[in-house]
Amino acid sequence: MTTTAGPLRVLVAKPGLDGHDRGAKVIARALRDAGVEVIYTGLHQSPEQIVEAAIQEDAAGIGLSVLSGAHLTLFARVIELLARHEASDITLFGGGIIPEGDIPPLERLGVARIFTPGTPTHDVVDWVRTHVGAPSQAGACLEGPAGDRA
Amino acid sequence: MTSTPRPSESGLPIEPVYGPDTLDGWDTAEKLGEPGSYPFTRGVYPSMYTGRPWTMRQYAGFGTASESNARYKQLIANGTMGLSVAFDLPTQMGHDSDAPIASGEVGKVGVAIDSIDDMRVLFGGIPLDKVSTSMTINAPAALLLLLYQLVGEEQGVPPDRLTGTIQNDVLKEYIARGTYIFPPKPSLRLIADIFKYCKAEIPKWNTISISGYHMAEAGASPAQEIAFTLADGIEYVRTAVAAGMDVDDFAPRLSFFFVARTTILEEVAKFRAARRIWARVMKEEFGASSPKSLMLRFHTQTAGVQLTAQQPEVNLVRVAVQGLAAVLGGTQSLHTNSFDEAIALPTDKSARLALRTQQVLAYETDVTATVDPFAGSYVVEKMTDDVEAASLELMGKVEEMGGAVNAIERGFQKNEIERSAYRIALETDSGERVVVGVNRFQLDEEEPYEPLRVDPAIEAQQAERLAKLRAERDQSAVDAALAELKKAAEGTDNVLYPMKDALKARATVGEVCNALREVWGAYVPTDAF
Repeated sequence: MTTTAGPLRVLVAKPGLDGHDRGAKVIARALRDAGVEVIYTGLHQSPEQIVEAAIQEDAAGIGLSVLSGAHLTLFARVIELLARHEASDITLFGGGIIPEGDIPPLERLGVARIFTPGTPTHDVVDWVRTHVGAPSQAGACLEGPAGDRA
Repeated sequence: MTSTPRPSESGLPIEPVYGPDTLDGWDTAEKLGEPGSYPFTRGVYPSMYTGRPWTMRQYAGFGTASESNARYKQLIANGTMGLSVAFDLPTQMGHDSDAPIASGEVGKVGVAIDSIDDMRVLFGGIPLDKVSTSMTINAPAALLLLLYQLVGEEQGVPPDRLTGTIQNDVLKEYIARGTYIFPPKPSLRLIADIFKYCKAEIPKWNTISISGYHMAEAGASPAQEIAFTLADGIEYVRTAVAAGMDVDDFAPRLSFFFVARTTILEEVAKFRAARRIWARVMKEEFGASSPKSLMLRFHTQTAGVQLTAQQPEVNLVRVAVQGLAAVLGGTQSLHTNSFDEAIALPTDKSARLALRTQQVLAYETDVTATVDPFAGSYVVEKMTDDVEAASLELMGKVEEMGGAVNAIERGFQKNEIERSAYRIALETDSGERVVVGVNRFQLDEEEPYEPLRVDPAIEAQQAERLAKLRAERDQSAVDAALAELKKAAEGTDNVLYPMKDALKARATVGEVCNALREVWGAYVPTDAF
């Protein structure tokens, strides 16, 4: 992990063009209330911008929220860029509207955990505290609403 | 047994029992009026559903234009004449399918439209003078409307016979939905240009659908939803009046879009309160005289955010309850969500069940037999007054900040909505708010569900179409048209006329939006949490 003294730092990010940030914001607030230092990227970030921000901010973890169906492309790209920047010690987790069947392939790519809708916020907080920045990783996902998703 | 009264979704008290004293001093003429008359509390039409039911308008579209075209033709074959087009995110954000930021998003949440070539395929074989088309498009609304008009021209349909709606509500994009392109000021100017263009060229088109739906999905309470939506509406009316239009020339073409939650009583109260507030604002502040200018006509979609990925079939029941709330509240049209939308895009079967839900409400229940069935109910009239008062208070705060745009620039609405969302999450975590199948009545193991998937090859197909288009077209004509568009954007001429020329010359959605980005800039939010 990126070892720095002080509180755990996590980057919460919205990759791609999806504007639904309710889940990301709820998780960001829950982590902050639990004492985690949260950096929120805002909407419409490219994988390049996200990885760059995580490295610059010395984040131990990145939480991605995707509700648009573009998760396979976007998570893969972030993983690839982390490796290219020799920053694979940054724990990648995420959530959103992600079908169960897509979770194993994401985990095989190196995503530590996917949290699906309905996950209690404290489950995410507990998991982040235990696994982000730790040498080995296990998993959960940012909750996200559905609806008029376009 | 005594218990703490349960607060409403807007945080207003709900008493266990209401009686005649609840409505002491309550003036029926002032509060209700007749159905179809000022202040329209009871509905915008005298006969409401006793004459004919609401319009069942199901939002659909995915993948390529030809796949969506096939779906629309199927809907039309089943008797639908109201289409509702979903666009993919690159189209909604004014990017071509081959732009790097579009990677992974092409065709996912709607159909990909890059140019007139795609629009021609989307509506191929569909007579545009026979259907009414609603398009969920905001920042690039002008482009898609003009592409629709151009396809109509190719079919020989004159623009005054085109009917439909563009969402075109950019202010709520800054507050909730996030598909903005330009900063608020040029966005409002573009909207005023659209109002004027439609008045002159496409007079039957509904030029805007002022939306609270997405705010509600982001966490807004019912009172916040209508307060911030009506405040946006006021901003649009002021913009158009300031641009020299007469209020009665455009106000009849304004429409609204709200959510329906499972909390039926407060939702019915919300719809009734919204109608009353809007009628008063239009009459008192803007001096509108046409009754049509005073009517809040609205589309409703059931609350997607209340659907659960756990035991997804239970969502069928939620949608039925939500749809009932919309009908009891007097909606003009309704989209009922499919039960699998917390998992993925709807399948054919789940989309059909969603429509069947509306048909049961319309043809098997008796709620359509009489107008505004809840009128005079102690609780619903009290809640209507309470939601109205809470909304007016919030609208007052927006006014104190100088109106919707100034409040947006201070992050006011977004922050209020996010606080509500966080409160709901904590209430759900603690079990204080029951969500069936999620924090109570769970299954030990969820049953597997196989969702619809969009073919990832679409992205490459769209990129090929774009390459072909760029090779075939007269590039100098495109460049000249885009230069004219930029000139109009820099000055005060209506941008829609040169925009139409550019689109006709086969400029792409991304190119047209980029030309405007060069002049107007792109919106960068001050996004805190």
